[in-house]
Amino acid sequence: MQNVLAYFSQNGTEFVQMVATHLWLSAVALALATVIAVPLGILGARFRRLDSVSEGVWGTLRIIPSLALLLVLIPVLGTGTLPAVVSLTVLAIPPILINTTTAFKTLPADVLEAAEGMGMPPARELLTVKLPLALPVAFAGFRTATSEVIASAMLAAYIGAGGLGDLIFTGLGLMRTDLLWIGGLSVAALSLAVGALLSLAEARMRRRAGMVAA
Amino acid sequence: MPCEVEFEDVTKRFPGAARPALDHVSLKVEAGEFVTVLGTSGCGKTTMIKCVNRLVEPDSGTIRVEGEDVSAADPARLRQHIGYVIQKVGLFPHMTVGENVATVPRVLKWDKERIQARVDELLALVNLDPKEFAGRYPSQLSGGQQQRVGLARALAADPSLLLMDEPFGAIDAINREALQDELLRIHQGSRKTILFVTHDINEALKLGTRVLVMDAGRVQQFDTPKEICEHPATDFVRSLLRSGEFRLRSAYVEPGEGI
Amino acid sequence: MGAYLEFWSEHAEKFLDPLAEHLQIVGVTLLISVALAAVVSVALLRHPRAKGVVLQLLSAVYAIPSLALFAVLIPVTGLGESTAVLVLVAYNQYLLVRNIVTGIDGVDPSVVEAARGMGMSDARILREVQVPLALPLIMAGLRLAVISTIGIATIAATINAGGLGTVLFDGLRTLNSYKIVGGTLECALLAIVANAALRLLESAVTRRVVR
Repeated sequence: MQNVLAYFSQNGTEFVQMVATHLWLSAVALALATVIAVPLGILGARFRRLDSVSEGVWGTLRIIPSLALLLVLIPVLGTGTLPAVVSLTVLAIPPILINTTTAFKTLPADVLEAAEGMGMPPARELLTVKLPLALPVAFAGFRTATSEVIASAMLAAYIGAGGLGDLIFTGLGLMRTDLLWIGGLSVAALSLAVGALLSLAEARMRRRAGMVAA
Repeated sequence: MPCEVEFEDVTKRFPGAARPALDHVSLKVEAGEFVTVLGTSGCGKTTMIKCVNRLVEPDSGTIRVEGEDVSAADPARLRQHIGYVIQKVGLFPHMTVGENVATVPRVLKWDKERIQARVDELLALVNLDPKEFAGRYPSQLSGGQQQRVGLARALAADPSLLLMDEPFGAIDAINREALQDELLRIHQGSRKTILFVTHDINEALKLGTRVLVMDAGRVQQFDTPKEICEHPATDFVRSLLRSGEFRLRSAYVEPGEGI
Repeated sequence: MGAYLEFWSEHAEKFLDPLAEHLQIVGVTLLISVALAAVVSVALLRHPRAKGVVLQLLSAVYAIPSLALFAVLIPVTGLGESTAVLVLVAYNQYLLVRNIVTGIDGVDPSVVEAARGMGMSDARILREVQVPLALPLIMAGLRLAVISTIGIATIAATINAGGLGTVLFDGLRTLNSYKIVGGTLECALLAIVANAALRLLESAVTRRVVR
């Protein structure tokens, strides 16, 4: 216990640095994934063939253990931040994409019909009607992706990208309980905190879209 | 072996309800009677029959079937010897028609040949050709056919008492009349005791040897259809009679109009 | 390509032994997970008011990254397979219990009422009516649990539990791309084959039940 306090007083800045790196890696991966997955998802709702191909490709990538995906890029991209970001992005795409497609596929038909009947141009319809209604379900996919990315970002430390995983791996190497606990509990807390924030955001989106809160 | 049902000062209030569902109800149904229980929704008629097979437990009072207090028996065994039919039927979707009908005999551990014979006999009784229907699944049947299977299933172990909760409520008028006539036929052939809940006054007067009219958890009148029509006991009964055109089972039918 | 195949065939045991270890971990985990989930689910069905709380708890555990959970438990339960199995079983509870309970709750209430009215005991209703009708959802949960276990078990290599992760980590340590690619292929194939097999089973079951 004193070790824990000692750690924080000695390595406070290092710790903050690791948290920052961890969050930064996750954020970049999620941003890239969103930019790729959302347009693909929307298109997938329109074009069935794209949808089945997408589901096949990303559905398969999704079941492959993330560790394997992370490490398989190393012979190609080396170690460090780059392979970490690439594999985290690939990891984050499937949930976002699949949920976006589902969200757009399950838009209430009567609302869309009303919008078209009013003569709304497609771009405006997309922005003011479809996106807000699709947001809750799509966001649930983003939430799933976030928790998976924060979890997998821990492994990124193993390949030199930094992050809270470093604490855990060092702790494992030196069999230091304090490091293991600090590392483990920090990531757990981080993941729960982010998860809770996103849950609140999702609930608010649901209310705004007129969906009854679950 | 016909059986009588007796309610002795039975009261039931559901938590949060403004008034009791059953309010000191006392009555006696004689063996072999076909009693239709009539009233508007919320009057306690469904609660009443659910107390007989203990799907609902009364707060006070005693219910006796064949002279025995139902609260003394094991609920599952009690129900295995009482037929129960509900409006939504509740056929097991993952079993065939034959397997559905065979349910209680199977629970009672009858041997296979006896079960098979009984299933065929019952399907024929409700006018469903066993060869055609025994192997079908409920989703392949129409609403009327499903309710026939429900009836066959309830009769499978040959219970002396049948509880029916608005069984024909969801069925179209033409099929409903056919089912009513079949039920009358079955009753006349077997002399089972039947408690039949309905909110349709025509159905109540047509089917019942006696009609039990309920409102707000209390018995309004319990009498033959003829008596109810000629001497309604309360304003509620009077307004019920006024609310529907009706035909009676016997005295008021002109020759030739038939049932 | 040829060099890869040559390495793999020459050093087959370096790939197959970890695979066997991995299958063992996954197998043991699933047996315990299913048994525990069944007990928990039946308990929740008897005490429906606890459902919300228990599922929230299980989902919170599920949200914790695996390495973090390993890290926290190691000072208590030590390195090795038993810690890995403990964590894996804990994660699977959320997937299995949630689907079992949702599946059983989703059975048409009038079917259950009819069954009770006929005098079927609660145990018989569960066995002959509720579980068969909930089977599609239960199988889906099982499939998710299997895939999740296969995936997280790879990470268990970091805590000396063995399994396919060792191939990957060895390859990383020695910068041996034969091992990295071979290990990746093993992981991928295992996951894909298991998923396909379970999906087949799932649709076979669903076809029989949902008519």
